[in-house]
Amino acid sequence: MKVCEAAVSNSLHEHWAVPDEVKDGREFILNPPEPELVLDYEIESRNYAKAGKASSDIKLTLKQLGVDPSVLRKIAIACYEAEINVVAHSKGGKMHANIYDDRVLVILEDEGPGIEDVEKAMLPGFSTADELAREMGFGAGLGLPNIKKNCDAMHISSRLGYKTRLNFFVLFDKLINGNTNEQ
Amino acid sequence: MTIKLIDLIPKIEGDILTVKGNFNNLTINDGYVSDLLSDVMANAKDNQAWITIMKHLNSVAVASIANIPCIIFANGVIPNSDVIDKANEENICLLASKLSSFEIAGRLYTMLHSK
Repeated sequence: MKVCEAAVSNSLHEHWAVPDEVKDGREFILNPPEPELVLDYEIESRNYAKAGKASSDIKLTLKQLGVDPSVLRKIAIACYEAEINVVAHSKGGKMHANIYDDRVLVILEDEGPGIEDVEKAMLPGFSTADELAREMGFGAGLGLPNIKKNCDAMHISSRLGYKTRLNFFVLFDKLINGNTNEQ
Repeated sequence: MTIKLIDLIPKIEGDILTVKGNFNNLTINDGYVSDLLSDVMANAKDNQAWITIMKHLNSVAVASIANIPCIIFANGVIPNSDVIDKANEENICLLASKLSSFEIAGRLYTMLHSK
């Protein structure tokens, strides 16, 4: 019985959140095209003093590129929650922002230890955060739901004992070269 | 429904922790009370004053990300100087009051709704 349970909890879990109207959502996340600009960051485990630096930098860069403030707010919240997840739960990881003229695709990959049940982790209120995360004002089980709420498509995959990978993108209201976004 | 922040300060027996004078024209039109940072990001709105006892650096990061121009620390909570420095850098006004979150929220609500 034990062997069977271990096999189940160790399997690859994934969650897709792509609304029907975002037709290219899965394809874009699985096979992202060449971005116009890439921003790369290292995220340190349990370093709450540094947490948020990557997200602020992404926000600032997109602000300079002329992204609308309401879209910018969604991007910043999703990025910050994702960055905090890596700080609070993982052994550290990397964060990349791939900037296109119509959207930003954010990719986070950590060094483990993986999520036992991704579907559970997506539920508002479910949290495995430690005491430190809670002291810092996190750990309410709202991180992944907040990311889902603020992005246009997301995918998370994990396996207990392995890395967790989170991809999401947020569409801009209009292309940053000034044209209307047809998406 | 909009008040100047400097008019709120005496009403809540508050002190400005960040550089004075930078916020003379700051107006707020609503408030939010919460000590859970994800809840603030999910539910607070632009131009609200945020009342909290969370005094860590992350509070300033959350305010910046959620476009919150002012954090009011309740219950006599005073953040460290690195938090105040960061708030000055991010152009976020920090206030401190000895009153409870409930009392501050009540006085802010009264001001906003008595005009």
